[in-house]
Amino acid sequence: MTLTTSGGQRLLWLLLAACLAALPASAQTPDDEFRAVLAELREASFSDKESIADKLIATSHMSARPVLTALLEDRLFVRSQDQQIFIVSSTEESRTQYELIDPVSLSRAGSAPVDELTKIGTNNRLRRFLRITIARGALANPDPDVRRAAVRELLRSLDASAIELLRQRKTEETDARVLYEIDTALALATLDDGDAAARVAAVQTLSERLSPEVRNRLAALIERNDDGSFAESDEGVRVAAAAAIETIDTARSLYSGVETLFFGLSLGSVLVLVAIGLAITFGVMGVINMAHGELMMLGAYTTYVVQTALPGYIEWSVLIAVPAAFLVAGLAGVLIERTIIRFLYGRPLETLLATFGVSLILQQLVRTVFSANNRSVITPSWMSGTLPINDALSITYNRLYIVIFSLIVFGLLLAVLKRTRLGLDIRAVSQNRAMARAMGIRSEWVDAMTFGLGAGIAGVAGVALSQLTNVGPNLGQSYIIDSFMVVVFGGVGNLWGTLIGGISLGVINKLLEPYAGAVLGKILVLVVLILFIQRRPRGLFPQTGRAAEAA
Amino acid sequence: MSSPGRSNGTRSVRRSWRELREAAKRRAPPPLLGKILYLEKLTVSFDGFKALNGLTLYVDPGELRCIIGPNGAGKTTMMDVITGKTRPDEGSAWFGQDVDLLSLTEPEIAQAGIGRKFQKPTVFEFLSVFENLELALAGDKTFWRTLVARLTPAHRERIAEVLHIIGLVAEQGVVAGALSHGQKQWLEIGMLLMQQPELLLVDEPVAGMTPQETERTAELLLSLAGKHTVIVVEHDMDFVRSIAGQVTVLHEGRVLAEGDMDRVQNDPQVIEVYLGA
Amino acid sequence: MSAIAGRLPLSFSDRESLWFLSILAVIAIAVPILNLAVPPSSPLHVSTYVLTLVGKYLCYAMLAIAVDLIWGFCGILSLGHAAFFALGGYAMGMYLMRQIGTRGVYGHPVLPDFMVFLNWTDLPWFWYGFDRFWFAMLMVAVVPAVLAYVFGWLAFRSRVTGVYLSIMTQALSYALMLAFFRNDMGFGGNNGFTDFKDILGFDLQQDTTRSVLLVVTVAALAASYCVCRAIVASRAGRVIRAIRDAESRTRFLGYRVESYKLWVFVFSAVVAGVAGALYVPQVGIINPSEFEPINSIEVVIWVAVGGRGTLFGAAAGAALVNYAKTYFTAALPEVWLYALGAIFVGVTLFLPRGLAGLMPAASRGK
Ligand SMILES: Nc1ncnc2c1ncn2[C@@H]1O[C@H](COP(=O)(O)OP(=O)(O)OP(=O)(O)O)[C@@H](O)[C@H]1O
Ligand SMILES: [Mg+2]
Repeated sequence: MTLTTSGGQRLLWLLLAACLAALPASAQTPDDEFRAVLAELREASFSDKESIADKLIATSHMSARPVLTALLEDRLFVRSQDQQIFIVSSTEESRTQYELIDPVSLSRAGSAPVDELTKIGTNNRLRRFLRITIARGALANPDPDVRRAAVRELLRSLDASAIELLRQRKTEETDARVLYEIDTALALATLDDGDAAARVAAVQTLSERLSPEVRNRLAALIERNDDGSFAESDEGVRVAAAAAIETIDTARSLYSGVETLFFGLSLGSVLVLVAIGLAITFGVMGVINMAHGELMMLGAYTTYVVQTALPGYIEWSVLIAVPAAFLVAGLAGVLIERTIIRFLYGRPLETLLATFGVSLILQQLVRTVFSANNRSVITPSWMSGTLPINDALSITYNRLYIVIFSLIVFGLLLAVLKRTRLGLDIRAVSQNRAMARAMGIRSEWVDAMTFGLGAGIAGVAGVALSQLTNVGPNLGQSYIIDSFMVVVFGGVGNLWGTLIGGISLGVINKLLEPYAGAVLGKILVLVVLILFIQRRPRGLFPQTGRAAEAA
Repeated sequence: MSSPGRSNGTRSVRRSWRELREAAKRRAPPPLLGKILYLEKLTVSFDGFKALNGLTLYVDPGELRCIIGPNGAGKTTMMDVITGKTRPDEGSAWFGQDVDLLSLTEPEIAQAGIGRKFQKPTVFEFLSVFENLELALAGDKTFWRTLVARLTPAHRERIAEVLHIIGLVAEQGVVAGALSHGQKQWLEIGMLLMQQPELLLVDEPVAGMTPQETERTAELLLSLAGKHTVIVVEHDMDFVRSIAGQVTVLHEGRVLAEGDMDRVQNDPQVIEVYLGA
Repeated sequence: MSAIAGRLPLSFSDRESLWFLSILAVIAIAVPILNLAVPPSSPLHVSTYVLTLVGKYLCYAMLAIAVDLIWGFCGILSLGHAAFFALGGYAMGMYLMRQIGTRGVYGHPVLPDFMVFLNWTDLPWFWYGFDRFWFAMLMVAVVPAVLAYVFGWLAFRSRVTGVYLSIMTQALSYALMLAFFRNDMGFGGNNGFTDFKDILGFDLQQDTTRSVLLVVTVAALAASYCVCRAIVASRAGRVIRAIRDAESRTRFLGYRVESYKLWVFVFSAVVAGVAGALYVPQVGIINPSEFEPINSIEVVIWVAVGGRGTLFGAAAGAALVNYAKTYFTAALPEVWLYALGAIFVGVTLFLPRGLAGLMPAASRGK
């Protein structure tokens, strides 16, 4: 789902985007001039290439940096047939065709078989030169994120010229986050050449950092060489380094705990999302809807259909799919209720069987219409990627959005039940059908609406699931047991119970996983749940009163 | 989803053996001698609402006691406590001198000799009248015993006798679900008779009966008193007057008045909260 | 008494049992003869495929009877009986695996192939004894019984009922499925057991062996039918039905409901386990997918189709639905799930008492 791109490439795209943003107006130099300089690269020696690179920069053409970055990353090629130079978007080994990008306009230029392309080579010296040249440009960029990324890139292989560049930048830099990175880099540099006191100070600066590079560097200080002497000669520095490593490790394990909790939270909110519709039909109506999973599946397929029908709106597709899925699944729910469920009120075990039949039919229907294969649903770019909190903790956007989304759905549902007329009717009918009817509530209509509401929410959950798992005919089955567990655990007929039950199950699951492994963890959770139900047969928040007993 | 279970809204169903023993110590058998039922300071609350509020009640052996009181006074709840369906928050309940009702489960209480007829008639709808009575038959009720149990001639005779008493001889083969409301009431009374309990708790026996049937029920209950102890809950004042010796009036979970019918009927408080002017 | 019983919708007359047992007897005699004695050229010949198929249906019928006892009579909708079936099957499978001996691919005298493949050196302790037939047969009954006892003891004592119980049984069988899928559990992971060679020294590929297995299955089915029937016809059976209809009322009559449920549940699990044990040598494979929750639900629908609370109806329903499944999955594979789904919906809506409910009262021996 997420685009798996290496850090370097990500940086590249950032740079590229920044260049595009920064230099649009200065592209007055004719493209031809740029192209001519570029053409020289074909036969140049390594040292010539350095000067060509300088010349390219001197043109201030907007494509200069992307081209140099491509050269640095071995992605600049000459096409054999016409000796044209192209940037290649990716050189993954599995590819037999490379996607070509025109180096001047940066637009797509078709593709070519791998063996018809010749790479423009580099050596270490040239690469160092290119890196510094590119970084220098990036460090002057007005966007602090670009500058920060540039520092981090430099930090990976510090040499004298890089250090010099950073020192220089430090005097001008105003952004605290960029300064922070520069300090890290300079402190790392100090470890190599400062005096003992400076090294201790550098270690102290580094003890506040979290990145694995820093930790490894510090760990190297207290290691012994082969001859038994310490890698770091000064005792004081070693002591400081050991203390710093401990500080870093504590902080890192704290953050990994936070990360586990967040994973648990996001799994939990998925569980809440898939269970909450069930909580309505099961808890409020006493109907065991085994087709709940398949209604989610319908929601997920709705997302697919929306994306197929509106290929130009992929970024919006998920947002469009939410109401669409609500309608599709909700209508399906109303249909099921009107044709089947309404004859089975008060007989929960029978509703279980009948809706199970419905689930089989829906699965097969999807197989007939869409084939048995999984469909690929695209993740909009705003939902992919990660939100870095710090070096030890970053949060993927899709997880974050799912948490927010399920809280919104939960809140809306609660509002519908508590604040609207429909909600009042639903609660009235669920508590005393005959009485509600006597009060003039059209219980038939309320039943259909309630079931439709539960089904619609299942559809909405399906949209979310389409971003997390494969969209296929079996999507529903894999969640149905979990969602029943959540409802039973939380206590039937209590939405808050579903929320707390779902989140705690998610967190427990993720907490167990590191020790027991995913499958065993799941088994453990099921066993714990079975035992829990023995203790509290009606869940965390049991319904009370005589109505509950007679239920 | 399930048939009504023991209400556990107030506290956990199971208690350890130790807890039970501790509790039993706290509820030492009452000092008063010679009663068959001792209810002392019983309090039951449902989400803060007190259905019973310090109820104290004693019943003599062989007595026919009527309990009256407005809707929601806690009459049914009291029976729930006696039969183990509901656990009180406080108080004690003893059956005779040595049976601590609060430490027993429903079947144990039934085995100890307390039978109950429910307010809403509950019989086994898919079993025949005959089989309903057979199941109520006193005797060993463990699984392995009932697996091999046979009806002895004495048992058959007893069933026939009860069928006669409750007037369902012709319907003995009919599934109980097909009976009328009144017939179900009778069947449940019949099941109570089969159990031969020492103490009978009868919740609103004549609701849904014709005047003649009501009269017959009154006769039946009167004939039982003496040999058995009977506690009857009823709203039908004529019926109560026709059978009662002692009457207890419950109100808001506690005893409002107690005494013979005339005294109770002239009690100003009772008139105010229940009987009306 | 029997005159009374005759007027009840859900009771037995001996005529039904007689019919049922006679049909079983005919199957037990005719199918092996038509398979072994009639030459393959004859139109009357029963192929080995059909023989195995009939054996499979009979195992399913037994499983259906087990579910009917607990659901139809006691009102406990167990969605975990496929697990008991599979456990019995695994116990039998372990015996059959150890019978392979040195004839396996790796030729190890003690370890089954999959263990050699996983580089195990010793037999896990829970495989001890399974080289003996009597021990394996004991485990076929004991393992499901112990699981049912422990689960039932916990569940019934805390009065987990109705849908909650169904969902818990489903979770139980789901957890077992996940566990058996794991390689390090020592049950062959997702491949399970297969490639069996012989049972008690008789070659499993031989038609005679298969015929004997069929006869044994018929006998087991008949026996479980008779025992179940005896149980439901006893007073305990009436208590069980009373529990189904009004559980707490039964308590107030002095019956310890949990112990009734527990014993019936355990017995039902044992029947399911035995059915699974007979199933494995006939179909030649057992793997974790037998634990799948959908299997348990399918069993319930067989019972519902045949008519719950009748025993013979459950058996007939199992055979019928599975015949339909065999037919459709071969002829019109896409249609099968539609059909099965429609059966689920149709039976619950229109045939609450199943096909047995359609039988005229007269034929049920008034
Ligand atoms: N399980 C329960 N949960 C919540 N409230 C309960 C429960 N059982 C009883 N109550 C409440 O306790 C109060 C006493 O009920 P109870 O049934 O004992 O009254 P009653 O005297 O039998 O009334 P009636 O004459 O109408 O039968 C009522 O207000 C009732 O709503
Ligand atoms: Mg009452």
